[in-house]
Amino acid sequence: MSLALSADVLVIGGGLAGTWAAIAAAREGADVVLADKGHCGTSGVTATAGPGHWWVPPEAREGAVADRLKRSLGLGDPDWMRRILDLTWTSLPTLRGYYDFSVDDQGQPFYRGLRGPEYMRAMRRLALDQGVRILDHHPALELLRHGDGAIAGAAGTALRGERPWTIRAGAVVLATGGCAFASRLLGSATNTGDGLLMGVEAGADLSGMEFCNYYTPAMAGTNMARSMAYSFARWFDADDRELDIPNGPDVTPHLARALIAGPLFCRLDRVPEDIRRVMPQVQPNFVLPFDRKGIDAYGDRFEVTLHAEGTVRGIGGLRVTDEACQTQVQGLFAAGDAASRELVTGAISGGGAVNSSWALSSGQWAGAGAAQLALGQGVRAEELAVATGRTGLRPDRAQRPVDLRAAVQTVRDELNDYERNIFRRGPALAESAARLDAVWVELAAHARGEGRGAVRTREAAALVAAGRWSKACALARRESRGMHRREDAPGLDPRLATRQRAGRLDKVWTAFEPAAAQAEVA
Amino acid sequence: MIEVVIDARCNGCGDCVDACPSDVLEAGPGGKAVIARQADCQTCLLCELYCPADALFVWPDCEAPVGITAQQALASGQLGAFRRDSGWGEHAASFTNQHWRMGSIFERARLQAMEIAAARNSTEPLQAEENVR
Repeated sequence: MSLALSADVLVIGGGLAGTWAAIAAAREGADVVLADKGHCGTSGVTATAGPGHWWVPPEAREGAVADRLKRSLGLGDPDWMRRILDLTWTSLPTLRGYYDFSVDDQGQPFYRGLRGPEYMRAMRRLALDQGVRILDHHPALELLRHGDGAIAGAAGTALRGERPWTIRAGAVVLATGGCAFASRLLGSATNTGDGLLMGVEAGADLSGMEFCNYYTPAMAGTNMARSMAYSFARWFDADDRELDIPNGPDVTPHLARALIAGPLFCRLDRVPEDIRRVMPQVQPNFVLPFDRKGIDAYGDRFEVTLHAEGTVRGIGGLRVTDEACQTQVQGLFAAGDAASRELVTGAISGGGAVNSSWALSSGQWAGAGAAQLALGQGVRAEELAVATGRTGLRPDRAQRPVDLRAAVQTVRDELNDYERNIFRRGPALAESAARLDAVWVELAAHARGEGRGAVRTREAAALVAAGRWSKACALARRESRGMHRREDAPGLDPRLATRQRAGRLDKVWTAFEPAAAQAEVA
Repeated sequence: MIEVVIDARCNGCGDCVDACPSDVLEAGPGGKAVIARQADCQTCLLCELYCPADALFVWPDCEAPVGITAQQALASGQLGAFRRDSGWGEHAASFTNQHWRMGSIFERARLQAMEIAAARNSTEPLQAEENVR
């Protein structure tokens, strides 16, 4: 038996951006359904982390914007930066009563940073109190579209009982998170780029997909990418020789070089004693792998790895075309890491503070915009709607088994490998693109699954699709800008101080925006 | 990955089954949680946090299960440690949320790195906090 619902607004994804979107839509008076692939409250990378926000008092904002704009290397937009600073400042205090804000050493409430599990638990409660209908374990598989191209809803699978669902809506917000390219990044298992694939199938395009090479250290064999303690780290090679790697924002290429050469080890013996004592109550999950494995985190040497963050702390995603974060598809909005964050971060990562403020802000703009659109024009639930999903749902040729595990492993190999993704070169990027194209052709021709199998098949398709866009964009940007580092094209090319769009499925398309289209290029 | 549900501790409330973002757990006989899809576990530890009975045990290795038994989990002294340190449930008063200290900890790291750099006669600017989780 299938589930059929209708709502003014459907939000797909129940992480930080999705919950803010659902709450904002409900506050506009819309009837809102939020469908999460996992569980709204634990899904997504916020729930395992401890996000700070870009929290700047009004009098310091122009300075913060000017600094960020300079570091965005020509791809940021100061108006969007001001907008998220303003909304962050007014929004976080509204969580009082849902989140137990701490008081700092001066007795002031501390709004800037919230611990992930408690933040997302608060967001779920607030959404429910606003009347949002939450459907947990309801992954979306594809978007539905009207004959005139406007979005009509979505369809998916309920994991319990493996029942299909269809939800008709006047507007849809994609808040499916970034794409972690199947790395072991903490909290990212459901972040397979589903929204990017669904959005492009429905007619949206992307921006900034070349920027997906931020990495975070963790104890080898674990996913524990809570990296605060590593800002005190000393690094060693297999012979226990200390490596000359200064900690700071540019540490990743150094760690990656060391890992290409051999095993990499770490000592956290410079973490001050008072911080060690309080660490379990600052980041409770950080200490667990050490405690369980019987490793003295601050005394012992231990092996480390780097986890790829893909577009999570990379930058690219669906391109928004107006202040309500609508894509170029009527009625389809994008929020959080599913959307490109270039407007507020430019060519450098917005990880930690700026990305959280973007999720909070873009979520509310998308939710409110979706609600206004849906309340204005109605849900049109009785009109004919067309399913837009293809690869993994409707094979071009005869359905037959496709090795999804191998497909996902190809994505891991091509997208996350240090040499290929951090130290980029044209020929290697082209090779990666060709391998991913071959996997895509096979998936598009033959792959199809039922129930949970449909979800896994679509995840594989989304990962491969996102990988193809990323490689094509990295290949076309023949320069080094921000996190995108081309060994064969070092330095900035002033002609490329512009955002790059991407899209399409069979043959990937990329195009740089005309530089004049962007205001106030730094 | 999730290794074991301590059957004697599980009260069948179903909170972990609902909370798992990867839908790894199911309600088994008598409503008690069972590990139904272990390979899907992403080692996020949130099932432990949501279990008021401290009946679940996650091992930090995220690639493959290691086969920890209920006896080993009980002997580890680690059951419920995440929920305790997080100050959930009965631990709220004794394990307060100190997350707000992150900013000052990053600042200490930044200053330490500057001192080390100065000692090496380097003047590289450092911005430690913003991009670190």
